[in-house]
Amino acid sequence: MNKENNRFQDIGEFIPEPDDNIIICRCEEITKGEIRAAVHDGMYTITEIRRYLRCGMGLCQGQTCSKLVKNIVTREQRISYSDLEPATSRAPVRPIEMKVLGNEIGGTR
Amino acid sequence: MNHTADVIIIGGGIIGCASAYYLIKKGLSVIVLEGSSNIGDGGSSRNGGGVRQSGRDSRELPMVMWGIKNLWPNLSEELGTDVEYVQRGNLRLGKTKKHLDILQNLTDKAVACGLDVRMIDANEVRQINSYLSEEVIGASWCPTDGHANPMAATLAYYKKARELGAKFITGVEVKEIRKIKGKARQVVTQNKRYEGDKILVAAGHDSREILASIGIDVPIQVLKMECLVTEAEPYMFEQMLGTAEADFYGHQTKHGSFVFGGSTGMEAFEKDDGRPISTSIGASCICRGIMKYFPALSDAKIVRSWAGWIDECVDKIPVISPIQEVPGLYLACGFTGHGFGIAPGAAYNIAELMVEGGQPTVDMAAFRYDRFKAKI
Repeated sequence: MNKENNRFQDIGEFIPEPDDNIIICRCEEITKGEIRAAVHDGMYTITEIRRYLRCGMGLCQGQTCSKLVKNIVTREQRISYSDLEPATSRAPVRPIEMKVLGNEIGGTR
Repeated sequence: MNHTADVIIIGGGIIGCASAYYLIKKGLSVIVLEGSSNIGDGGSSRNGGGVRQSGRDSRELPMVMWGIKNLWPNLSEELGTDVEYVQRGNLRLGKTKKHLDILQNLTDKAVACGLDVRMIDANEVRQINSYLSEEVIGASWCPTDGHANPMAATLAYYKKARELGAKFITGVEVKEIRKIKGKARQVVTQNKRYEGDKILVAAGHDSREILASIGIDVPIQVLKMECLVTEAEPYMFEQMLGTAEADFYGHQTKHGSFVFGGSTGMEAFEKDDGRPISTSIGASCICRGIMKYFPALSDAKIVRSWAGWIDECVDKIPVISPIQEVPGLYLACGFTGHGFGIAPGAAYNIAELMVEGGQPTVDMAAFRYDRFKAKI
């Protein structure tokens, strides 16, 4: 069962931090400040953060930054690291050309 | 009060979020209950992003045309989030004489509704999109169609409605709707009860089970569809694409990726494992479909694929309706896989329908819940 999550709980104001300009998701060039601000916009889950900002949606599909993003999002909400579900991993995991992926049957196709 | 509001909305997809936004703008208090952990986790974030009129059932056209004229152009500005709306036309492609007949039929019906759509030949198709293969012999062309980012649009409505005071709660599974003194009033979840003067059920395919608790049924079923996305590619084209055969659809997004959806033909017969999971054949099949139309994309890399559930209604158009037998209960579901583009217009009119003494701008008689009749 999914955990009940009130989206109107008070997590405080967004307070700028000196390292907000650090790039966390390198593929999509998303900064720490953008991730923190997204939490204050109501994006409380890793899935919502990804869909809202695109972090973890680029070439590496979050294999580099997902833990960093999770740390930032949990800290901002003052919840424990284990309270947040990771994003769903999606096939094909490594980028594959259409001509290869579309030829899974092979032969004379 | 966190458990009482003027309106309780069941379902935090784009219909629920957008309805919450338009209702709260009318001065009503709103609570939105979403069953999954994420806002917009169903079809709202899993679709191909089409904001189109062409190719639709003519009963849906007045509402989607109204939304595209009045809401979509200013949506990013209104909601304060870029929803990546691009209005550069829709090509619905044909490769055979049979395809062209299908397209001609759809075009004639849409023209009768006042839509600017026409059939074009192979030359004109390639003037609009030079990357299409020689196999394409014609298309229907609707210049006022387009696409947007469905995840951004859904979350933009959520964000704005939340800012204005709508109370969203995720991870709450609705068990039952209860009447009090003959009116729908209570929404019962696993451990709480919410109360509202009016209740809107906008829970996609889950709507059916929720409605069963109050003795209402609509003929919708679950159908799985699959999508995929490429890595960011250099800019190629801006149109939304579809095919007469409906074998794939999609567009190039603002950040360069191509998003395409498609079907294998096996969807209706897939084993139901309770979750929308990609099949082993889905992405490969979609790739083959795309390459036949766009040989230039055969080297583009697929970075991700996913599946989603369509709430397919028996006559392929949604149910958006008050429920006569249960005063206070409203329904918006069964969008049948083309609910994204129509969502702003639908939600705007739902809010008008639900506000006391309100009158929807667009006539919604075609979407009534009691329209379903046996064939003989």
